[in-house]
Amino acid sequence: MSIYAYLILAFIGGGILSLIAQLLIDLTSLTPARILVAYVSAGVLLYAVGVYDFLFKIFGAGVSTPLIGFGAAIGRGVKEAVVKDGLLGAFSGGLSATATGITVALVAGLVASVMTTGKPKRM
Amino acid sequence: MKRIKKLNTPPRFISYSAVGGYEEKRGPLGELFDLCDESDTFGQKTWEMAEGEMGRCALNLALSKCNLSHESLELLIAGDLQNQCVATSIGLGTFGSPFLGIYGACSTCTEALLILSSMIGSGAVNTGACVTTSHNSAAERQFRSPIEYGGQRSPTAQWTSTAAGSFILSRDENIIAQSKFSSVEISDFMIGRIIDGATADASNMGAAMSFAAAESILEYFEESDMKVRDFDFIVTGDLGKVGSEILKTILDDRLPTASAKHLDCGNLLYDFSRRDVHSGASGCGTSASVLASFFLPKLETGDLRDVLFLSTGALMSPSSVLQGNTIKGIAPVIHLHSNAV
Amino acid sequence: MDIYSLEGKKKIIKEHSPKTKTLKNSCFAFLTGGVICLLAEALRHTFLYFDIDSKDALTLVGVTFILLASSLTALGVFDKIARHAGAGTLVPITGFSNAITSQAIDSKSEGLVLGLGAKIFTVAGPVILYGISSGVLYGLIYFILLSTGVVAP
Repeated sequence: MSIYAYLILAFIGGGILSLIAQLLIDLTSLTPARILVAYVSAGVLLYAVGVYDFLFKIFGAGVSTPLIGFGAAIGRGVKEAVVKDGLLGAFSGGLSATATGITVALVAGLVASVMTTGKPKRM
Repeated sequence: MKRIKKLNTPPRFISYSAVGGYEEKRGPLGELFDLCDESDTFGQKTWEMAEGEMGRCALNLALSKCNLSHESLELLIAGDLQNQCVATSIGLGTFGSPFLGIYGACSTCTEALLILSSMIGSGAVNTGACVTTSHNSAAERQFRSPIEYGGQRSPTAQWTSTAAGSFILSRDENIIAQSKFSSVEISDFMIGRIIDGATADASNMGAAMSFAAAESILEYFEESDMKVRDFDFIVTGDLGKVGSEILKTILDDRLPTASAKHLDCGNLLYDFSRRDVHSGASGCGTSASVLASFFLPKLETGDLRDVLFLSTGALMSPSSVLQGNTIKGIAPVIHLHSNAV
Repeated sequence: MDIYSLEGKKKIIKEHSPKTKTLKNSCFAFLTGGVICLLAEALRHTFLYFDIDSKDALTLVGVTFILLASSLTALGVFDKIARHAGAGTLVPITGFSNAITSQAIDSKSEGLVLGLGAKIFTVAGPVILYGISSGVLYGLIYFILLSTGVVAP
């Protein structure tokens, strides 16, 4: 597959996942925070039933960048840890696999907060 | 039960002021405000303190307009939108006036004015002041999401104004004679009732409040000797576009003459054609600042004679909304009458 | 017209409340969500080109977009984009990052510990909580299936 095909498929994958979320926000009473939670949990589920890897082969970053990918990373981490460490792996795998992302996001938030002062909102 | 209370000694407005922020300056009434701070900070470190400072500026401006010292204020009634009305106590403590803090959500302005006018009318107080404030950034923090959070506003959502209004009322003839403002009085008032707004959607407060406004207007004209035609305008606080539409529909059905006289402060504060206003302004600074900057000067000169003024409040808290309780509305009424010759 | 019962009021509110512009919002969400993922894919291939292994490449792409979203939030630009993009900036990892940074900036005035420190988790907390809880549930099921020989590693 050419690089352009990869890019176009990533565009379509990310676009569709965003579109679904937008429709859920506009047409149901789901709030953005609930959408994020739903997408992460859906990612774990999709990974567990083996659909995620299939989607990732097609859409690449189109499914790994949305929070579904974050959920899938938790799922993959748990699975690998259970294989390696048994039952304890079910509890250690999820956070270990996503530790980098969570840590960077929290530290970035802390640094950004210390370095800036809030600006007022404008229409 | 008679709900309209007539004042035997109607208090006079001897001074008033309106203070606003960046968006208010750009609104149709921007030039009529006494002071606008386009940074919205009023020189303070936090939005909560900025709201307090805005209230302090508003009262100071009103005092200086009528050359009155804060020591002449026998009573100060004020409120805002923050938890435990804390902006008010932060900002107005320095005056040292006897103080009543009240909460009526966005109806606080009318609530304060009717309490003060009944105190003055009964003779308990000679001269007193009312201040109400709201600050967009402080309200966003408390009721919605962080200011930098990337979210979308619903088309029914209203914009909490960064605005304050302050009013000084008196029945003391010497003070009234000395002030350059003296012709507007509160001749009667009607205390609002809690009316269920039938929605738990905090992005649709105008709709939730419209039923309370309708109830108050219908009840007022049911009981009053005055007819709709005796009033120049019937002014509601912050129903916005959606709430005003609902009120219009109800009035067209029950009291058709009133519908043409209706104006809403929430629709007057911002420029809908140039700013992304959505459904209009809200917040207890909205009706206070529009009353002080637009309606009172017009009543003072006699351009307007009688105005029925009802600020509208959406009674709720972030918790009550999360728990799915419907928003309750309230709309206290004051009758403003001009004695200008 | 019934303006006294709850049902009557609900009907009136529904008739008069304008609907969100779903079509316009959906188009913008699709475009921005798509563009962000397209850029992420380009970045992933760049990392792969430099012989970074595929798992690390994914992590690095995530980290890059987290940092980008956090910086744009601190500069006060993110919310202006998100106003039009809607779910387009929410669903990619950028939305998670923005929720964390915006809360952190906003709560700083209430102190570094119970202000910033606690409230930074307002949106991130539920995401992490339900993400790892789903993971634990999956792990337990997978462990049982593995030990009973229903699935092979």
